[in-house]
Amino acid sequence: MCGIVGLFLKDKSLEPQLGAMLTDMLITMTDRGPDSAGIAIYGAGQGGRAKMTVQSAQPDNDFATLAEDLSAVLGTSASVRAVDTHAVIDLPADKAESARAALAELRPGLRVMSDGERIEIFKEVGLPKDVAARFSLSAMSGSHGIGHTRMATESAVTTQGAHPFSTGADQCLVHNGSLSNHNSLRRKLRAAGMRIESENDTEVGAAYLSWRMREGATLGEALESSIDDLDGFFTFVVGTKDGFGVVRDPIACKPAVMAETDQYVAFGSEYRALVNLPGIDSARVWEPEPATVYFWSH
Amino acid sequence: MKDDERRTPRTMPLQSATFSNPINAEIRRAAATGIYDIRGGGAKRRVPHFDDLLFLGASVSRYPLEGYREKCDTSVTLGTRFAKKPIKLDIPITIAGMSFGALSAQAKEALGRGASEAGTSTTTGDGGMTAEERGHSKTLVYQYLPSRYGMNPDDLRRADAIEIVVGQGAKPGGGGMLLGQKISDRVAEMRTLPKGIDQRSACRHPDWTGPDDLEIKILELREITGWQVPIYVKVGGTRPYYDVALAVKAGADVVVLDGMQGGTAATQDVFIENVGLPTLACLRPAVRALQDLGVHREVQLIVSGGIRTGADVAKALALGADAVSIGTAAMIALGDNDPKYEDEYNALGTTAGAYDDWHEGRDPAGITTQDPELAARLDPVEAGRRLRNYLKVMTLEAQTIARACGHNHLHNLEPEDLCALTMEAAAMAQIPLAGTDWYPGKPGAGY
Amino acid sequence: MQTIDLATQPLRELNATLQSQAAQTNATEWEVLNPRGAHAIAVGLDAPIDVTVRGSTGYYCGGMNKQANIHVTGSAGPGVAENMMSGTVVIDGDASQYAGATGRGGLLVIKGNASSRCGISMKGIDIVVQGNIGHMSAFMGQAGNLVVCGDAGDALGDSLYEARLFVRGSVKSLGADCIEKEMRSEHLEILRDLLARAGVDAQPEEFRRYGSARKLYNFDIDNAAAY
Repeated sequence: MCGIVGLFLKDKSLEPQLGAMLTDMLITMTDRGPDSAGIAIYGAGQGGRAKMTVQSAQPDNDFATLAEDLSAVLGTSASVRAVDTHAVIDLPADKAESARAALAELRPGLRVMSDGERIEIFKEVGLPKDVAARFSLSAMSGSHGIGHTRMATESAVTTQGAHPFSTGADQCLVHNGSLSNHNSLRRKLRAAGMRIESENDTEVGAAYLSWRMREGATLGEALESSIDDLDGFFTFVVGTKDGFGVVRDPIACKPAVMAETDQYVAFGSEYRALVNLPGIDSARVWEPEPATVYFWSH
Repeated sequence: MKDDERRTPRTMPLQSATFSNPINAEIRRAAATGIYDIRGGGAKRRVPHFDDLLFLGASVSRYPLEGYREKCDTSVTLGTRFAKKPIKLDIPITIAGMSFGALSAQAKEALGRGASEAGTSTTTGDGGMTAEERGHSKTLVYQYLPSRYGMNPDDLRRADAIEIVVGQGAKPGGGGMLLGQKISDRVAEMRTLPKGIDQRSACRHPDWTGPDDLEIKILELREITGWQVPIYVKVGGTRPYYDVALAVKAGADVVVLDGMQGGTAATQDVFIENVGLPTLACLRPAVRALQDLGVHREVQLIVSGGIRTGADVAKALALGADAVSIGTAAMIALGDNDPKYEDEYNALGTTAGAYDDWHEGRDPAGITTQDPELAARLDPVEAGRRLRNYLKVMTLEAQTIARACGHNHLHNLEPEDLCALTMEAAAMAQIPLAGTDWYPGKPGAGY
Repeated sequence: MQTIDLATQPLRELNATLQSQAAQTNATEWEVLNPRGAHAIAVGLDAPIDVTVRGSTGYYCGGMNKQANIHVTGSAGPGVAENMMSGTVVIDGDASQYAGATGRGGLLVIKGNASSRCGISMKGIDIVVQGNIGHMSAFMGQAGNLVVCGDAGDALGDSLYEARLFVRGSVKSLGADCIEKEMRSEHLEILRDLLARAGVDAQPEEFRRYGSARKLYNFDIDNAAAY
């Protein structure tokens, strides 16, 4: 149960302000989710390189010699940029999977939040404004991003339970609602080899989409089939390397409002989240239809 | 020679435990009518309950209070978190929501009279607030339900507290169907429904879903009532840890938690007997949620569903509740299911004590009916006095136990005052099995 | 005209001020600035005053209104005019889900589109939507009139009791127990009056009427699939 915000920029000149705009939207949704907050941001990428965002409860210890240790094990050059409890590891794209295994050995306390060419995820327990300040979210730039404020329902208030969830390269998902068949679906997806680390229903939703895409579906097709295969209430906002999608369940009780101008597409759980966006007064503002997939890409 | 002439022993006819006579009768009834059984009265199957707990009185290691001399306070204040006007009650036993419509006007008046004389509150129910009810109840809680029958801002502002009903113990997650027999002219008008039709009740509120929306709904209700009165949130017992925590996060002043023995009328039997948690199993997770959020005793917890005696009251409070609520017990105190009407119960195909077709409107005791002749049998003054007496007895009983445990206020009862008689109750209430310091699932106990 | 600016004054002050206006007040015209999607704006009013909200509102604007005329120049969030008793609420833009939910009286006019569940459990309110309405509108509607100048979404009037539904455009699907009914002269009169009061330029004859088939009024096993 939560607040969601999302922003997909069409106008490149706004990219340096993406973090600032998303942060303002995120903080506005504090009432809907005071327990934790998170953001996925798609910044500049470099072909052939991957970024892996990791989180640690002891960042000073874990991050100090991480670059050297990881480079030695992988036999390549990895660099580490620490941001509070998170760090972004830069490494060759073909080493991403072996880096996960190496990290499990080298730093068992680390949690991998995401990997991909462009995605970075930052999420922590606490009020959205405090989380945003810890990571200097407002200084970040990028082409699109998704944020989430969480009111935990049936799983713990932990960093791991915070959104966004990423279960595939450059993929992420945030959710408002509650899924009712996540336990059986989690068992099925795990049996199919998907990595699901928490007992959170949303992670199952994210893994479901990643699984469908692994099986060859496009994001649009995966979102379409989620309407049949996921039970319960959901408004999802998802990100991919160059795309941004929205889907609501057929009952569509959980709120959603969107705005589009020549410069951007924006999503908010409430209109309040959108009021400071440039040109909002003349934007096309609408509610996404139930059981309908919306998708934009660069 | 034939078998019987040889006197061969025969097997006894044996009833199946699986296909028992009551089960077979229900199969035949379903086959004949094509509708599921609808009734009131709460779960009739035996489930672990307060009966499975005992108090450890004082002796040498602890000292009791002198029974008739030393004070044992029973008062409780509800809604201290945000409301400007919290509710102060003399006793921690309130009357649960029962609607005018489900009950006769006489029964509602009797509840108001009895509760007011005993120093406690009554609650409206699905169908709106009647003038009689407001007039006879010193403290009246106004239920805000999915149906919104009779809902209006004037009554909202006349209420002493607002109870947002998310669910009931008899049917958590379900709506209901009140068959047309009880939709009299007055009930129909209050609910804006045609007379005599089945009333279908929604299971979700029409204009909000989930705790994030609930927070905004509570804001609206507070803005309409000027932040004066407490806002309760009532949930059926299913996932009490999370439901209580979310009610608190959404801004509730008081959480009402109704276990599966709760006696909501017009519910499908299959729902009553197969969905929800026993009241006993609801308490510890609910209290733990309040403790984890640091609001135990600041956000009050009212527990209902199968409360019958002062011992039940004392046990619920010892497990961490601030108050209890009674529905079925109050109706019995008024005169429901009284054996003096046995002939009439027999004519309805039932017997006194088993009558649960509260939705059919033919209650011989004149309580769950809109039939003017039947309703006239209940004298609201006399029935109100019976309820007052019963509430006083329950209070005296709870005080007796509290004093024996050495407490000068009912709220000082604690889990450590209890032991459990059965493994089930020990596990559910997290109370040591009698004579041991162990309960199943106790941290560090190995299994 | 008296002005309350939500950029500088708290919501509590706005509502307390508007709620304290008596029936015989002299201050009949109010303006609310900077609503910026805030919730519970102008709720629980009970005086014949005019309130203009300049911008867009969040949840439950005009909730439980009595007597007041509330005008929102932008769009309205979920549950606008929920449980309205009397008076008027006019939304220049769109309305989110649950518009006019459980309303018992008064007139709600939405000049744009209304989202899902418009008029859910309506109990006597009149709702006029100039654009389209979303799915499950008038679900379990008990009384009142819902007028839609555009199209209606899925499951219109599901489990309807006695509310009247008038739609000028298409209906994507009718809900359980909702059927098209004959438009008689008394219905045209009701419609003409509502369109005039809402200031809509449309002819009653262009609309079709929908209402309850009343098959769910008393349980019948052969209708069980509709429950």
